[in-house]
Amino acid sequence: MVGARRRLASWVRLAPSGLITLFVASPVLVIAASLGADTGGLWAHLASTVLPEYLRNTALLATGVAVTTVIIGVGTAWLVTLCRFPGRSLLRWALLLPLAIPTYLNAYAYTDLLQFSGPVQTWLRTTFDWSRGDYWFPQIHSVSGAILVLALGLYPYVYLAARTAFLEQSVCALEVGRTLGLGPWHNFFRVALPLARPSIIAGLTLVLMETLAEFGAVQYFGVNTFATGIYRIHNQPFPHALTAAAQLAACLLVLVALLIGIESLARRSARFHNTSTRYRDLPSWQLRGPRATLATALCALPVIWGFGIPVLLFMTRNLQRGDTLARAKFLEFGRNSLVLAAVASVLAVVLAILLAISERLHSTPLHRFLTRLSGIGYAIPGSVIAIGILVPLYWADHRLSAMIERLFGFSPGLLLGGSLLAIIYGYQTRFLAVSLNFVQAGLTRIKPSLDGAARTLGATPVRMIRSVHLPMLRGSLTAAGLLVFVDVIKELPATLILCPPNFQTLAMRVYNLAKDERLAEASTGALAIIVIGLLPVLLLSRMLDHSRPGAEGSRPAGAAERKQAPTHESRLRPDRRRCVARL
Amino acid sequence: MRQNPKVSTLLSLLCLSLLIGCGAPSENAASSDPSAANGQGDASSDGSPVVNVYSSRHYDVDDEVYESFTRETGIKVNLIESDSAALLERIKREGDQSPADVFVTVDAGRLYQAQQEGIFDPVTSEILTERIPANLRHPEGLWFGLTKRARVIMIAKDRVESGAITRYEDLANPKWQGKVLIRSSSNIYNQSLMGSIIAAAEEKGAEAWCRGLVANMARPPQGGDRDQIRAVAAGEGDIAVANTYYLAAMMVGSPEDQAAAAKVQPIFPNQDNRGAHVNISGAGVVKGAPNRANAIRFLEHLTSEQAQEKFAGANKEYPVVAGVALAPELEGFGEFREDDLNASVFGASNQQALMLMDRCGWR
Repeated sequence: MVGARRRLASWVRLAPSGLITLFVASPVLVIAASLGADTGGLWAHLASTVLPEYLRNTALLATGVAVTTVIIGVGTAWLVTLCRFPGRSLLRWALLLPLAIPTYLNAYAYTDLLQFSGPVQTWLRTTFDWSRGDYWFPQIHSVSGAILVLALGLYPYVYLAARTAFLEQSVCALEVGRTLGLGPWHNFFRVALPLARPSIIAGLTLVLMETLAEFGAVQYFGVNTFATGIYRIHNQPFPHALTAAAQLAACLLVLVALLIGIESLARRSARFHNTSTRYRDLPSWQLRGPRATLATALCALPVIWGFGIPVLLFMTRNLQRGDTLARAKFLEFGRNSLVLAAVASVLAVVLAILLAISERLHSTPLHRFLTRLSGIGYAIPGSVIAIGILVPLYWADHRLSAMIERLFGFSPGLLLGGSLLAIIYGYQTRFLAVSLNFVQAGLTRIKPSLDGAARTLGATPVRMIRSVHLPMLRGSLTAAGLLVFVDVIKELPATLILCPPNFQTLAMRVYNLAKDERLAEASTGALAIIVIGLLPVLLLSRMLDHSRPGAEGSRPAGAAERKQAPTHESRLRPDRRRCVARL
Repeated sequence: MRQNPKVSTLLSLLCLSLLIGCGAPSENAASSDPSAANGQGDASSDGSPVVNVYSSRHYDVDDEVYESFTRETGIKVNLIESDSAALLERIKREGDQSPADVFVTVDAGRLYQAQQEGIFDPVTSEILTERIPANLRHPEGLWFGLTKRARVIMIAKDRVESGAITRYEDLANPKWQGKVLIRSSSNIYNQSLMGSIIAAAEEKGAEAWCRGLVANMARPPQGGDRDQIRAVAAGEGDIAVANTYYLAAMMVGSPEDQAAAAKVQPIFPNQDNRGAHVNISGAGVVKGAPNRANAIRFLEHLTSEQAQEKFAGANKEYPVVAGVALAPELEGFGEFREDDLNASVFGASNQQALMLMDRCGWR
């Protein structure tokens, strides 16, 4: 009897994670289930002809993007956090700007600019009277071109993670390093970097997942990867094509599972929390002369390349020949994008909280597994996941419709499919990994002893979450929501396949024009996407600036930089005290 | 954290208002949602007639044509635009409850696929059979071609003599090594072209042609058709393969595109034998369409003279209905002989074509 009750209790504990995972990951499971299916020899054909190239390019791309984003992201985060140089306060937030530009738009922009018939090479040829073969010019349509464009669009994830981690490091650790005779470089490599490693790896995982799923930019560059191969076969008008595509996607899933396994190993081996509660201003090295110039240049380059140049290009194209569609239509598309993004991001944060907290409360391997599983959709190309979504969605829809008919005697038709609910559902499958990552990272930074204290003071788990965890997580939750928001604004394939009739978003508009190779006209929509994406990015960077423990959110940015050391501890303590007092 | 209660109230209010805000359009969508339409009535729940169109053609002028249909007949067009494969899968998943009336797509291979999947219902309409030539529609009326485009060779006027290349077969001639520009084999237009070569030369001949073509490429395939035309104009290669409407659109496009188009001349291949490869965009009525009568009227409207002029003209495609005025740029290209191979043939050989291109290393 007692055993049965205990078993029941453990099932109940599993219910939230289990249901959410089932809800979110079922499209992924549909894809995985295709593995055994027959493809009429198609699979053997793919394996013997194109698969080796897919594997090679995917590996090259992933490695290249990983190395580049880590160098750019961590390097700039360290510079703007711990060094002083001209332009630092501007660059500190500007470094997040490339996040607002979808990678496919970056790819269009750089192709337009750098291809053989583009303005740069044409100018070179007319100025020096060269023709083809007279000169060498880097080929933008190549694996290295794709690495560059993806890294420029994705490094902000690593930057964000690294900067948050550096900001949260106790100054004591760094000072101990200094006392022991470590110079700035050694301090960085031997103290700061190892401490920030879990955060950086979390950011990098998002980058890698997005790289594996990246289709638009890579396809445009003519680089054949898993994602483009999946899309190619998936769009073929013959039997078994969809099955073969799903099987390719399932192979990708295995890669991702490996990646996630490595990540959780990295997290496990480095489970530590700041032991010191003494936060003071981080030491900042004043850079002078050529060093300062170099630092400014290093931090400005990613912003100029990842944001400045594409935006300028779209603005020029827009002035030359913008979209001829009526303004009113654009407002409607913009509103559609906004509403979808807002609802999806709020829901993604709520689901992530439920998953992450349930994992923290009952830290069983099964909980951990379920949480990981629910984020896996981020690494699957949107077009495939969209097909995966159709299966459970319409299954449920037909059941619902049949049930209503049985109960009330009339058929309501399909209720879920073709409604906004379907798209919101699709976004959860795609982007839950993003919010989950930030919420989990935020939770690990809350010392487990605080949970102990709360429970000792008699708080129920729910109360503890409400009064301790959620207030302390506020920053992470906002960051998570804003990132999902930006991702949804940029998202295309799932929106395309699940949308209701007469419904368009900005991304769909840009796609329709780009598909017809009308890039000049697409520039208007592109600019609109960038503008909408910019709002949350700016909010995010503003928040980050004020997130240093003890820094006041309401203080203007300039003031936060001035001397404030003496008040830090006193300011932090009441916060903590209030958390406990509220129990 | 200081203003915590206020902030959280504010936040939750915000979320609530957003959810309600989202509820509104989703309800709108539901009320105009075709799924609410009941069976045979050819009308939505509020009584006004509708037709539900699933389309993978996305040209702005399409909207104008649909609007003219609504003005003329009072039937509202509900439009879902997406990729062909995705729409087809959606129609299949929606099953017998699908609100889809008409499926519009581009490329004969896709029409053939939809036919094979059994989503089309045969239509007999005197208007349609009379207006559309027999080789551009399904014999039993499962689908009807609406516009056509030719996939032709384009040469650099200043570097290639006219008459130096006249047939698709010449693209594989070693004489043009390093000169030929063509986009990826992932593109369905290339797959259909390959299908027509297979029909003309059998698999063996087609494979030899494909290998020759790959060996002649000026660069690994990249970009779209316009990029190939631009590359010829800029001198990256001398010969491109592209659809006619891209060149025609560039002739009235941005100043750079106009300059590029002026350097390029289209050559309609194989005029002395089978003719230039022609592909279509087309549509059919979906099986179990809740508004079948409206769907047929919709198709008939698309073949009317004014609709054809717009539907084909604005996008610089060739109309399927004889006697409809061509876009002036197409007029300038001159008349040409079309390959009258039925679209079902290269539609059916799509998989064979794709696998062949994979084997030859056409990326």
